[in-house]
Amino acid sequence: MTLILQLGINGLLMGGIYALAAIGLTLIFGVMGIVNFAHGALMMLAMYSAYWFFTLLGIDPYLSLILTVPLFFIFGGLIQKYIIRHTLGAPPINQFLITVGIMLFIENAILFLFSPDFRAVRVDYFGAILSIGELIISLLRLLAFAIAVGLTGALYLFLKKTDSGRALRAVAANKEAAQLMGINLNYIYLMAFGIGVACVGAAGTIVSPLFGIFPHVGHLFLLMAFVVVILGGLGSFIGAFLGGLIIGVVESLCTLFMPGSTKEAFVFSIFILVLLFRPSGLFGRGG
Amino acid sequence: MVLLAFFLILPLYLDAYFLHIMIMTFLFAYLSRSWDLIGGYTGQNFWGPSAIFGIGGYTSTLLFFYFKLSPWLGMLIGGILGMIVGILLCYVSSRFSVKGIYFGLATLTFSQICMTIVLNVDAFGGVNGVLLPLIKGNSLFQFQFHGKIPYYYISFFMMVLSIYVMHYIERTKSGYYYVAIREDEDAAQALGVDTLKYKLIPTGIGCFFLAMGGTLHAQYLLFVNPDFFGLPFTIEMIIRSILGGVGTLFGPIIGSFILTPLSEISRGFLGGYRGVHMMIYGVIMILFMLFLPRGVGTWLEKLYDYLESFFEGKIRFSG
Repeated sequence: MTLILQLGINGLLMGGIYALAAIGLTLIFGVMGIVNFAHGALMMLAMYSAYWFFTLLGIDPYLSLILTVPLFFIFGGLIQKYIIRHTLGAPPINQFLITVGIMLFIENAILFLFSPDFRAVRVDYFGAILSIGELIISLLRLLAFAIAVGLTGALYLFLKKTDSGRALRAVAANKEAAQLMGINLNYIYLMAFGIGVACVGAAGTIVSPLFGIFPHVGHLFLLMAFVVVILGGLGSFIGAFLGGLIIGVVESLCTLFMPGSTKEAFVFSIFILVLLFRPSGLFGRGG
Repeated sequence: MVLLAFFLILPLYLDAYFLHIMIMTFLFAYLSRSWDLIGGYTGQNFWGPSAIFGIGGYTSTLLFFYFKLSPWLGMLIGGILGMIVGILLCYVSSRFSVKGIYFGLATLTFSQICMTIVLNVDAFGGVNGVLLPLIKGNSLFQFQFHGKIPYYYISFFMMVLSIYVMHYIERTKSGYYYVAIREDEDAAQALGVDTLKYKLIPTGIGCFFLAMGGTLHAQYLLFVNPDFFGLPFTIEMIIRSILGGVGTLFGPIIGSFILTPLSEISRGFLGGYRGVHMMIYGVIMILFMLFLPRGVGTWLEKLYDYLESFFEGKIRFSG
């Protein structure tokens, strides 16, 4: 019983990070209709940036967020402006291929620059734990979770309370009507992609002390983000958040029943089942 | 005709390296051509062709490995199996109204599921896949040859076959139904086209060929492994079609003739520098999507039209 609770909590803590990454993906899709296959590669990029900030400058990953988030926001804006913008009206397959192209470029640039060797961000407080009865909670994971949820909350407030946030939601709800209300679509797209990439950049930085870092680590997170987003509903913020937590827990509990990578097949199967029986996900707007 | 003769004589003058490039070019042209029937011509967002490709490769290899069944027979069986799987995917998705991007993601995930299954089931070879038992010398029956030339002719023949089949389909009534479905499925249905049937058929045909391509690849490489199911193969197949002109007869072929040699040669020159040739690939993909989204075929058409009108102008002046 304790084992289940233990796994559940670990899963929940990890889920917060999946949620943050997924929120970026769902925001981009909700506002622009683009499925960003480069999302995982961007997260990997953030993990490497956290690594280098830590290794070369001694900056704690969670402190480097102050630098990483704006940097990734700008980077996302640049990608949108020079690459994504031109494919907005194109068929899905073209958008698929262009974001895959970005993914290939980023992943292999990192492979070329930094070799396929695993790297790790070993913070001093790596082993700190909190024990409640028989449960052991890693303080590092707890911190990661708290920051992820904190950022998610901040984004939520932004979307709900600020004019820009409302404009984003308006475009996601109805592009044409939003334009009629005087909203500049290009500006919104820029912001949406920028925020989406900033989210995944934050997620990558947050997760960097918890995972081995290597060029293709993005694939894992990309697939997880997709499953979360479909489960929660493409375009739904709450869906991505709750979906992230759910998938985190499910993935963790899977290790009880199945070996190694079979849990991936399980998670994928959930993905397909959701697509078949509830394509709009838990909170989404329809298939 | 001249072109045909050219390719038939070519292998006698090429060394192993260039033969390899041509074999890969033909193979991917064949695969792309087959995918294009489903994805380009009929407009289905089929993003998991590697699943079918892998099924074909594994079927024939496993049948040969465990039962000594001739890979040719295995190829046919794999083809049928791939066809059935493809039809099922299409049918189930249609029934549940999984369309567009969602169908794409579903088929993509399906190929990943296949990969995970094959990775974790030892009977299917696990991480290392299945090595084909080596045969000394050549054996037509066992689909294994010492040199590359037989593979050249086989892959060339399969490519030509796929082109011929597509050419035939293009001129049938069904072919027009597929185009109608691609352009606007609902409108087609409203006009009385049985959209389900006319989605299943091209999917079945395309998948049949895709699976057989898997066997060819396995016999050429002398092994099959989980990577057959991977995203890279899917991308390779789709990108040649898009690049060359999606939905056109020769588009995927042109795409393969441009990309495959480029890819193989850059791997040769730059493979030593980890990842550089893939970076180039990524850049090419991005550039093409930005500047030639409908592929080289359309651009070539425009070029041809321009040259044609240019020459007509010239003739008018001097006439």
